[in-house]
Amino acid sequence: MRYAETGFNLEVDLSRGSIERVETDPGLTELYLGGLGTNAKILWDRVPPEVEPFSPDNLLVFSSGILDGTLATGANRTIISTFSPQTLLMAFSMMGGFWAPELKFAGYDKVIVRGKSPNLVYLWINNDKVEIRDAGHLQGKGSLETAELIREELNEPKAQVLAIGLAGENRVYYASVEHGRSSASRGGIGAVMGSKGLKAIAVRGTKDLNIARPAEFFELCQEVLKYMQYRANNPIKGVPPILAGIGSPQEMAIHDEKWHTTSFSWGHARERRKDFWTSERAEEWKRTQEQSVERLISCYNCPMRCGGIVGHPELPTHRYMMKCYSKLTYVMAAMADDLEFGFKIAGLAQEYGLDGYTTPQVMAFAVELYEDGILTDQDMPGFPSGNEERFFYLLDKIVRREGIGDVLANGVYWAARQIGKGAEAYDHNTTKKHEQMVIKLGMLNPIYYLMYATGEKMSITQIEGQMPQAPLPKEYREEFVKDWIQVPKEEFKEFILKWEPRGEYAFPFWPPIDLMCELVEWQETMHYIDDCTGICAGLSSFPIKPPYHIHNLPKFISSATGMDMDEDALWEIAKRNRTLIRAINARRGLRREDEKPPEDHWKKRFPEYEAKLLDEYYKFKGWNKEGIPTKETLDKLGLDYVGEDLVRRGILADSEAAPSEQSAA
Amino acid sequence: MGEKKKKIVKQIKVDADLCNGCRACEAVCSAFHASPRYSSNNPARSRIRVHFDPLRNLYVPVYAGPYTESECMGRDKYTIDGKEYDECLFCRASCPSRDLFKEPDSGLPLKCDMCEDDPPLEEPMCVQVCLVDALTYEEREEEVEEEEEEKREDLEVGLEALINEYGLEKIMDTVARMAVSKEE
Ligand code: SF4
Ligand code: SF4
Ligand code: SF4
Repeated sequence: MRYAETGFNLEVDLSRGSIERVETDPGLTELYLGGLGTNAKILWDRVPPEVEPFSPDNLLVFSSGILDGTLATGANRTIISTFSPQTLLMAFSMMGGFWAPELKFAGYDKVIVRGKSPNLVYLWINNDKVEIRDAGHLQGKGSLETAELIREELNEPKAQVLAIGLAGENRVYYASVEHGRSSASRGGIGAVMGSKGLKAIAVRGTKDLNIARPAEFFELCQEVLKYMQYRANNPIKGVPPILAGIGSPQEMAIHDEKWHTTSFSWGHARERRKDFWTSERAEEWKRTQEQSVERLISCYNCPMRCGGIVGHPELPTHRYMMKCYSKLTYVMAAMADDLEFGFKIAGLAQEYGLDGYTTPQVMAFAVELYEDGILTDQDMPGFPSGNEERFFYLLDKIVRREGIGDVLANGVYWAARQIGKGAEAYDHNTTKKHEQMVIKLGMLNPIYYLMYATGEKMSITQIEGQMPQAPLPKEYREEFVKDWIQVPKEEFKEFILKWEPRGEYAFPFWPPIDLMCELVEWQETMHYIDDCTGICAGLSSFPIKPPYHIHNLPKFISSATGMDMDEDALWEIAKRNRTLIRAINARRGLRREDEKPPEDHWKKRFPEYEAKLLDEYYKFKGWNKEGIPTKETLDKLGLDYVGEDLVRRGILADSEAAPSEQSAA
Repeated sequence: MGEKKKKIVKQIKVDADLCNGCRACEAVCSAFHASPRYSSNNPARSRIRVHFDPLRNLYVPVYAGPYTESECMGRDKYTIDGKEYDECLFCRASCPSRDLFKEPDSGLPLKCDMCEDDPPLEEPMCVQVCLVDALTYEEREEEVEEEEEEKREDLEVGLEALINEYGLEKIMDTVARMAVSKEE
């Protein structure tokens, strides 16, 4: 018997209309664990680098994590992987909710979709019965509406549905896959789904999921719940309230938005409004939020309630489910001061199936171009004058790919180049062609520099975590490190104790680069582990002092699956997965020159020092000067086949670590 | 009049307004009743089911009550605070009209047993994992008339369901056949 995983994948070929249930190789679980790891292995093996994201030969993999559906609190992520139309690299997106656990109860770990359906279809997985069904009548329907209609026509109120909206159908490069209160937003996987003619996947499962060593596993689950209660009563001292607790940022519960509205940038990631948060605003926003948020809601098997049911009379479904930060992204990008606007436009955008980070930035970019005369009334006939109306106008154009919307639907990077006339200079907040966090700071933060530069997950919140973002006030440091059980190394505590905002022990030239490398690797590795287990980053890799960490995760995995697992073994798996993904992207052309945080992310930059940081970090990771894993590194991780392929393609030289001439060009 | 007797009434209080729809209660209930304990989980086997419908903001955790062999003659629908609740939503019965509170494979009825255990749990499992207090537990003493009816064993309830489904004769035949094949 297989434990924690089901041991079966569904292979769906939409071109041929075929569906196969395929037993998976347990050996792959030992090497890559599951979720993102096994997704990456599949993409490496089966999608050659010349395959375009919208080609029928591209794969779209919907995966559960290895702990999804078990009693481990917050193990519910759906990990969707494919190649991104926007970055042309591997796309990373995870979402919470209920879909992946349901898939496992239906008896599958992954759904692997290839090909392309001639007409719009959806997939219905009901335990052993799987069918491809016509979705012609769902064309153009919103994501929530689609889910409702499918549940109705199947007469299965308990089916879990993920779906794309109009944006995905029209292949907007930042279209999301939506699932109730959750969405897999980044990298345009909704567009890939649309390109395959796949509108939705509904799943219902009523089978058992087995645990190898139940008593031990249950005990661990209880400990995590207990620690969550402890953390609820013991917020971290000395950090902003939003970072003091666990879970995803509690945007639906808290009203106080001083930190976000005054530290993050408004407009097209330009302007800080340090005096925005007045007491009148606070009152008004509180009122709006209390009127709009009708209930706080959770993902599967988690008490954290990071989402909210938002009521809005003007939306087609009257209600929708919101999570996290999308409440503010539109408001701030539009320079709208009204939270009500945020609730309305986010609801519309979610029905269309759009990424709540990228979309507002693209729209703010368009507004900027218009203001500066690069886009004109000819490009945007009837463009309104109000901030909010402009955003509704652009939203509509983008999801329909109408007029200027057809260009803007490709994201800031591509749109800037298509528009020309100097628009390129306005592309100031992307890395690897992807819109980044709207935050602009003073002094270079070397740790974040490395994360922004080298992260393949594109979104900083999916790379960082667990560390205070600034030096703690002196009086809190001792107390902070005393019960910091989550750290893998004692040195990290020393760092927190010494770290100062100014002087000898301050950024950017302190701490020593090797310690920086380790801190970056730790933060990123924990995310890579979550993406295999399916545990929510909000309970693990993201917050400070989370209930899951490198010391208890191996025990969870081992007692659930029955595999031997300790910290070193788990670290090695995460490293293998991370390296494999780097190789996948290197094979698609990712090079050192792409590894640049937005130019204006910090005011104070140090080009030579930054180059040295990158050199050292590459070395630390076992990558060559171009950021490509060396043959030796790959061999050590059991990725010989990857090294051989990279050599065969001339991306790695046979004998030494440096890249061969032609590939560097 | 029979003699008065003290009885512990175990009560789970449901505050549906606090329910966040996480279904932790479903997950843990099914795991607690797996054998060996916690060796598997499957919300479809749970003795509590959370009806949730976010678009209408309806969240109702319902406990599995007694098995019934025939469905009601009519149906009910409730409107509370302007929200309409589906047919039979509040009903706890394992009833032929729906697949709720039945083992997904055998169709045998499921019934909440308050996590009976030896030694008794401090609180039922579903209450323990509901950290938002949508479910809370209370015990109180009540004076009752002398126990009127013996509590029926789970086995009996299950058998009765099988008999209703397949007929007494078929069940007896099957048991006899199984007994023979065990002996061989
Ligand atoms: S912490 Fe929040 S986002 Fe994460 S699983 Fe729990 S409810 Fe979902
Ligand atoms: S555990 Fe509590 S909050 Fe979660 S679904 Fe059950 S009753 Fe609702
Ligand atoms: S009290 Fe026990 S048996 Fe009843 S629903 Fe809760 S967990 Fe299940």
